[in-house]
Amino acid sequence: MAEFTLPKNSVLTKGKTFKAPEGTVNIRRVEVYRWDPDTGENPRIDIYELDADLCGTKVLDAIIYIKSEIDSSLTFRRSCREGVCGSCAMNVNGKNSLACTKAISDYPDTIKIYPLPHLDVVKDLVPDMSHFYAQYAEIKPWLTTKTAPPATERLQKKEDRDKLDGLYDCVLCACCSTSCPSYWWNSDKYLGPAVLLQAYRWLADSRDEATDERLNQLDDAFKLYRCHTIMNCTDTCPKGLNPAKAIAETKKLLVKRKA
Amino acid sequence: MISRILGFDNGKSATLHWLMQRISAIILIPLSFRFMVFLNLSMNAPYQETLDWLKLPVNMLTMIAWLLAVFYHAAIGLQVVVEDYVANQQLQAKLVKGINLGFIALTIIGLAFLIRIL
Repeated sequence: MAEFTLPKNSVLTKGKTFKAPEGTVNIRRVEVYRWDPDTGENPRIDIYELDADLCGTKVLDAIIYIKSEIDSSLTFRRSCREGVCGSCAMNVNGKNSLACTKAISDYPDTIKIYPLPHLDVVKDLVPDMSHFYAQYAEIKPWLTTKTAPPATERLQKKEDRDKLDGLYDCVLCACCSTSCPSYWWNSDKYLGPAVLLQAYRWLADSRDEATDERLNQLDDAFKLYRCHTIMNCTDTCPKGLNPAKAIAETKKLLVKRKA
Repeated sequence: MISRILGFDNGKSATLHWLMQRISAIILIPLSFRFMVFLNLSMNAPYQETLDWLKLPVNMLTMIAWLLAVFYHAAIGLQVVVEDYVANQQLQAKLVKGINLGFIALTIIGLAFLIRIL
């Protein structure tokens, strides 16, 4: 049954407050979800007061500032700092986003940072992405062909290549999948918007020759049809992509095939 | 066919299920406007006038079509709600069968009342 309350060991408690040094003029208050599996304690919210004049402009800069200057125990993922790798996906003020692309100035008051929702937490802001990646592997995200390879590479018309725009750009940050209520309730069976966007990326590729097999895999009440067009995925995508449209296009392909 | 109605092969024709939800929803738009006319008569017109309206073949057929479409749409829609929120597979299958049987019973009762009027 869907769970509507938190289990006892997930209930949030009040954590420590790290005050800004006296004389700090430009103070920004940041609340961060903290959980350490080694302590056996419940998760807590730590409050950090930053000197905004000393840290960079993005939310990720604030988190890096906290780790470097205030509390080195804070754990999070990050890599490229420019919205390309998808590592720093987290929930900022109730919306999933990439911390490296969100400006601190976009948030007028306290910034509240949590890990991506409905994924197991490894530690602090680090979610367990194993199941998400396993689902990605399930759709065989590579070019599949049946015809003999040509002498040179498999070429594509410019118009066919254009069809991949808005699909290949996905960085698999999981912001969309973890914002989807259907994925919260049925992530064991429903593939979720990120993986379905990638599934459509291969369906839309003129060079791919496994369309039937791919559609057979998706013609399932849970893998695809748990999408109820809630549109949280499109609303939250930090890259401005439209997974809901990709899912709708996949459904259209299935209906056309049925007809 | 019977096993599909009762939900025994639930999930095997996912695209058809999704498509039928949309088709029945579209069919219900004009039929529901006609049903509202019937509701209005039932509440405001004399009994005999309502009966006379219902006995006209076009109205009777429209009401039968509305009855079939609305219960079919409700049954396949509730099935999706159960699949969404009930994780236990056995309970889920039992609930889907219960919903389908319930709506089949409601359809039969509704049709019986309509035909009795004729």
